[in-house]
Amino acid sequence: MMNIPFTKFNRPALLFSAFMLFIAVGALFLKGLNLGLDFTGGVSVELKYESKADLEKIRGSLNEIDGANFVVLNFGSDEDVLIKFQSDESLNLNAETVIAKLQEDNYLGEVTKSETIFPQIGEELRDKGGIAILVAIFAILLYIIFRFQIKFGYGAIAALVHDVLIILGIFSLFNLTFDLSVLAALLAIVGYSLNDSIVVSDRIRENLLDKNAKGSADSLINLSLNQVLTRTIVTSFTTLLVLIALLVAGGAALQNFSLALSIGVVVGSYSSIVIVVGVLLGLNLSVKDMEKPKNEPEESYSLD
Amino acid sequence: MNRFKVWQYFLIFSVLILGALFALPNIYPSKPALQIAVGDSSVQLNDNFLAGIKNELTKEEISYQSIEASEASVKIVLDDVESQLASRRVLADYSGGDFIIALTSEPSTPEWLQNLGASPINLGLDLAGGIHFLLEVDTDRYSEERLSSEAASLTDEFKNQGFLVNFESFNNRVLLKFSSLDDLEKGRDYLNQNNFTTSGSKYSLIQSNLDLELRYTDNYLSEIVDYAVEQNLVALRNRVNELGVSEPIVQREGRGRIVVELPGVQDSASAKKIIGKTANLEFRLEARNNDSFLRKEKFNYRNTFQGSAFLEKIVILTGDSVTNAQSSFDENGRPQVNISLDIEGGRAMQKATNGNIGRRLGVVLVEERTKTFFDQDDNVVQESYIEKGIISNATIQAVLGTSFRITGLSSSTEASELALLLRAGALAAPMKFVEEQTIGPTLGQENIEKGINSIIIGFILVFIFMLIRYRLFGLSANIALMCNLILVVSIMSLVGGTLTLPGIAGIVLTVGMAVDANVLIFARISEEIKNNIDPQNAIRNGFSKAFSTIMDANITTLIVALILYAIGTGPIKGFAVTLSIGIVTSIFTAILVTRSLVNLIYGYRDLKDLKI
Repeated sequence: MMNIPFTKFNRPALLFSAFMLFIAVGALFLKGLNLGLDFTGGVSVELKYESKADLEKIRGSLNEIDGANFVVLNFGSDEDVLIKFQSDESLNLNAETVIAKLQEDNYLGEVTKSETIFPQIGEELRDKGGIAILVAIFAILLYIIFRFQIKFGYGAIAALVHDVLIILGIFSLFNLTFDLSVLAALLAIVGYSLNDSIVVSDRIRENLLDKNAKGSADSLINLSLNQVLTRTIVTSFTTLLVLIALLVAGGAALQNFSLALSIGVVVGSYSSIVIVVGVLLGLNLSVKDMEKPKNEPEESYSLD
Repeated sequence: MNRFKVWQYFLIFSVLILGALFALPNIYPSKPALQIAVGDSSVQLNDNFLAGIKNELTKEEISYQSIEASEASVKIVLDDVESQLASRRVLADYSGGDFIIALTSEPSTPEWLQNLGASPINLGLDLAGGIHFLLEVDTDRYSEERLSSEAASLTDEFKNQGFLVNFESFNNRVLLKFSSLDDLEKGRDYLNQNNFTTSGSKYSLIQSNLDLELRYTDNYLSEIVDYAVEQNLVALRNRVNELGVSEPIVQREGRGRIVVELPGVQDSASAKKIIGKTANLEFRLEARNNDSFLRKEKFNYRNTFQGSAFLEKIVILTGDSVTNAQSSFDENGRPQVNISLDIEGGRAMQKATNGNIGRRLGVVLVEERTKTFFDQDDNVVQESYIEKGIISNATIQAVLGTSFRITGLSSSTEASELALLLRAGALAAPMKFVEEQTIGPTLGQENIEKGINSIIIGFILVFIFMLIRYRLFGLSANIALMCNLILVVSIMSLVGGTLTLPGIAGIVLTVGMAVDANVLIFARISEEIKNNIDPQNAIRNGFSKAFSTIMDANITTLIVALILYAIGTGPIKGFAVTLSIGIVTSIFTAILVTRSLVNLIYGYRDLKDLKI
């Protein structure tokens, strides 16, 4: 087992986190998120060409259609083209118009996907997504209070909020598209980050409750962190392994999803060590807090 | 000692064998097939039709494995995807757009597995390709329609009582316009006596000058919308069945929405034409020449060359009363349409036609259209408008009841179109498209390949890492992981879950996270050993001490997955499903399967020391 003085480094690490959060929130306020079609509504058409697609030619064709601003760009590869615009049915403007126009100009690739979403749906999804995250956080807080103690709950929630904000900040800063799949990733991270926080909290509680353990709460917390360190690293590593597989082999549709998850796994492990512990130290978690544990898990669950 | 009883091993083993059995159908590759749905019932699926298709395919030198016709569709099983795509092109040209052609696949599950009830996983649209629509009830228009029809019968009632009232309908409300305070009082009395205004009633009334504004209360409105969506669901199912596509999804989503998914269909325009007939029907009597303009309304015929006609404002019944409509021929071989109504509709029809023989009965098709445009600030504005047209205006020959027929149609094409409109046009409330998605067949295929590749690559990476890091223990964890994958696949197949690309991502994520439980256990065992606990006890303590942590961690993740499922749509739901299943099965495999393997490896030996 390693013996790293985590608690000693906690303050500088918290300062670093505060700085990162400052940048993330700043980016969110100043730049906002680059919302995907799911959330904004509109039309998108994905085309696949046999060879490198001539974007200028496509733009030229589409500019002859009045009534909308077309965004034409590559995605995934040179052969794949994405066309986005706001729908306008009164001018007969929809995915079919674009396809027909390109066909007329003899420059239509294979239509791999077309999508039309009306703005009100996007708006609703945005609200729903926000609610989902809040509900998840609240449900988890309840569970942790029930299973542990409120101070752990604060720690876990602080870590969650930290992780979510950092991921959102990175998506904002690098102008990555935030769509439904990224929202799903974000919620998965809520689960994952929690996983880490719980493993750490579980160990801290166990050590605090251990009658034979010697030392201050501070040193017991430090002991716990060192005990779970191997596990934290190994699990993050295996999860990152599969996420890299998704990132490399999963294709364009899952790219931002796996990216968000990958960032989340790293940030989640970090926050379980820094944020959770920071909150517990800040709230002066002590053996006294453990006197009336709501549950005695070691006895209540047993395999044998 | 670390040993399970024989029955315990047997139980765990049985679960795994069952899992493997139900996962098995997924390894038999399905064969590409085409399904040709004949939307128009007037085209008979006869031998000539089949021969025509066969002829076309032979002409283009496309070989096929089988071709068979069922009630309203033809299924052709082909050798490979190329010939599937080629034959779709050929047959689309052949049919001239009259048929809906869906790319499907024919599972090649062996019979003995089929007999067990095992079948492969359903693939979502992003994997199978196809069309997705989301339709929404237009609540404002629906309440306006209902209110104005009710207002019309109210004004009739008032007329019977000796005073004339005019009404105007607006978005979600109507204004009853009285001509004097006296009349208004009488009208109010009538409404009061007939429970229009008691608490908990369906209307809210507001008076201003000589006008009474009538609108539905929110409670009542949500009640009727709820009911209408249920009815529309049935109507839309009928329409989709009319398309003859295999395994379509028509499902309610939320309060006022319906999702329609047509796997394998690529031609969104013709699918929309049939499903998207966001139409309703109104049966009204033709107005008499001397009727005042307050009581009648002018409609154009849907076939414009026929001009227009005046119909009464009162709607006798709407399309939701139509239970069936079929085109056929009368005794003289002339085309006709037979219509069946539900009991209430029959009663209304009887009441309306009694004493009105010789007048005409008009059927109005009400279609919802949406237009989208930009306002001054470049915001997208969506507006729906209604197009009403007469599709039939036939003379009433007798008092009509629950079943009657419309004759005097010019052609059998007209008859079958009218029958289709009557049958499929029966929506209880107007709906509009709010979301539309078409996914091409190659993208679906590509997504499957990418998904499977990521699972394989992810699995191999984790496998190698665990083997190097934890050796024999790692091997047991790896076998458990494999069992977990099999169980996830078998449960998905068994419960008929739909696998999507995000769903595959959920499985991949489970692969990474499932070993967490084993890592926790192994870390505990190695700690115990460092504390000089003897190997057998170390193993036992390792498993039992890690247990509560594993449960806590998995339960919280499961909470998140369930929340995702509850509020998520489409892609999020798919992800939540596999993630939830994966979490539950991983608890079983990571704890019990690993434990039995470790028991089998170490439990029957005298261990001096243990490396982990």
